Amino acid sequence: MGQIEWAMWANEQALASGLILITGGIVATAGRFTQWYFGAYSIVAGVFVCLLEYPRGKRKKGSTMERWGQKYMTSVVKLFGPLTRNYYVRAVLHLLLSVPAGFLLATILGTACLAIASGIYLLAAVRGEQWTPIEPKPRERPQIGGTIKQPPTNPPPRPPAEARKKPSDEEAAAAGGPPGGPQANPIPVTDEVV
Amino acid sequence: MGNCVVNHWFSVLFLFCSRTLRKQLDHNLTFHKLVAYMICLHTAIHIIAHLFNFDRYSRSRQATDGSLASILSSLSHDEKKGGSWLNPIQFRNTTVEYVTFTSIAGLTGVIMTIALILMVTSATEFIRRSYFEVFWYTHHLFIFYILGLGIHGIGGIVRGQTEESINEGHPHKCAESFEMWYDHDSHCRRPEFEGQPPESWKWILAPVILYICERILRFYRSQQKVVITKVVMHPSKVLELQMNKRGFSMEVGQYIFVNCPSISLLEWHPFTLTSAPEEDFFSIHIRAAGDWTENLIRAFEQQYSPIPRIEVDGPFGTASEDVFQYEVAVLVGAGIGVTPFASILKSIWYKFQCANHNLKTKKIYFYWICRETGAFSWFNDLLTSLEQEMEKLGKVGFLNYRLFLTGWDSNIVGHAALNFDKATDILTGLKQKTSFGRPMWDNEFSTIATSHPKSVVGVFLCGPRTLAKSLRKCCHRYSSLDPRKVQFYFNKENF
Repeated sequence: MGQIEWAMWANEQALASGLILITGGIVATAGRFTQWYFGAYSIVAGVFVCLLEYPRGKRKKGSTMERWGQKYMTSVVKLFGPLTRNYYVRAVLHLLLSVPAGFLLATILGTACLAIASGIYLLAAVRGEQWTPIEPKPRERPQIGGTIKQPPTNPPPRPPAEARKKPSDEEAAAAGGPPGGPQANPIPVTDEVV
Repeated sequence: MGNCVVNHWFSVLFLFCSRTLRKQLDHNLTFHKLVAYMICLHTAIHIIAHLFNFDRYSRSRQATDGSLASILSSLSHDEKKGGSWLNPIQFRNTTVEYVTFTSIAGLTGVIMTIALILMVTSATEFIRRSYFEVFWYTHHLFIFYILGLGIHGIGGIVRGQTEESINEGHPHKCAESFEMWYDHDSHCRRPEFEGQPPESWKWILAPVILYICERILRFYRSQQKVVITKVVMHPSKVLELQMNKRGFSMEVGQYIFVNCPSISLLEWHPFTLTSAPEEDFFSIHIRAAGDWTENLIRAFEQQYSPIPRIEVDGPFGTASEDVFQYEVAVLVGAGIGVTPFASILKSIWYKFQCANHNLKTKKIYFYWICRETGAFSWFNDLLTSLEQEMEKLGKVGFLNYRLFLTGWDSNIVGHAALNFDKATDILTGLKQKTSFGRPMWDNEFSTIATSHPKSVVGVFLCGPRTLAKSLRKCCHRYSSLDPRKVQFYFNKENF
């Protein structure tokens, strides 16, 4: 169990709580229940939580699956720096957000779920986890002519591929003759072209 | 409230996904997920309906206008008169929240829903694949869910008119004249209500009993002694365990669940059996792919501490058993997916050794696709012995296998090109040369179709979904329209 990043689960839980808050809020507002203005609050709080939690943080080990279209929210969430990076802040924020929704039965489920998410975030914060944005990888521009291999610069006989060293070494070796090269040529090799 | 019935019906089906039924694990999981989505949907509908319902009750209790709703609400909670009330909200200043948290139905409802939400959020694909333990342990909250479901309806808050009362004064007749109910000479009397008895236990009783039986069976099986006869450490962190258990009998390509109490008490992990039924032991090959497997391999690597105890449950069946039903079989194993085929090929070897010529299968095409051969050097030995066996028996054409190395670089290819003339492959030592890259399935399928124009060909895959898609497409494309000519049937396993 040592490799669990609790923040990842807290993130899923918080996202679900946001959706539940929105649903409960819509039901309370549409049905004009008593004290339905708490329902209106719940919708707003739910939307805020969903937007905050939508971009998934980067895992410490291994690759992270991004949610579809999360890069737009990532850039926004990144702007707040330590406020969104630190999980203590998130834990407290979620706890505070969940309280007003607890006054209405329709949204109390959202309160409970968000409070649980807050608890898991607290656990994550205690274990030193942090939210790191998933950066898009810089696109590798194909090097023009990068895959063209230079022809061998030393005359035959040449050592086989696995023993071949860098071209600069080889030139020196070929010019210096045996035994400095990777292959000891039995007959000294000289370049006869003047 | 009719949707509670549907909700409960789904809980029933949910629990029926027990492994004692001989179905593929994969189908069970898909069904389980489908039922889970339905339960979530119906829970949402159920809760929303109750929310509206309770709000109406609350307003009726507050109403002082002498309307039908307020009169119905005022029906007494007095036990002496039999408690023929309708509105569960007793007093004017009782809030719906109070009723929710003080009634059995409300409290169990809240607990069940929270358990359900926690189970669902920890079961998303991302969490499951990355942090399996979170998923596994949280999913055991289902115990609270089922318990809550059983007692949810005990309070009888959902009320209906008693039969007697309906006979005396049917709502169609008497609803309009509610001002006169208390008059002694009116036709209609005050209606009486009683609580509907709880029904959910009827739906969940049978599956819960089945599940408990299965857990007891699993416990009993796990207590039986497993003797580890041989431990082999293969390169690239693959551990082979050869074991014996009394009364254990297997078929090709089956899998077992393994538990190691010293590593984790509750976790059971599935592994395909890599031994053949003809052998006197059963074996599994375990690759390091997560916390549990790495800890297991480390535990077995210790030379000086005693071997950890292993518990085994199984074997459970998969589609591999069907391989011998086909005249021509195409087996495709990708990466670790080669394991069920190890069992099949070994079994074929033994069948040949015993000169079992009643084998329906006449030809096998085996494709092994992997990123690096180091991980499967254990499989090389098997293929080498099979090669020799086939030569000895003069049946060289029976097994046609090709290896594909997808993780190649120019160095490897350079080596291969240099050693082109050698009789055996430099990477694997087998007679069959390794190919680089992925197989071109169109070519393979058309070759097979032309070589066996009148056969039924079974295609078996153990590997990733994308490969399954391309193989399925090829099967459709190369199956002839004429049912007497070549037909390809696709069978897939997923681990």
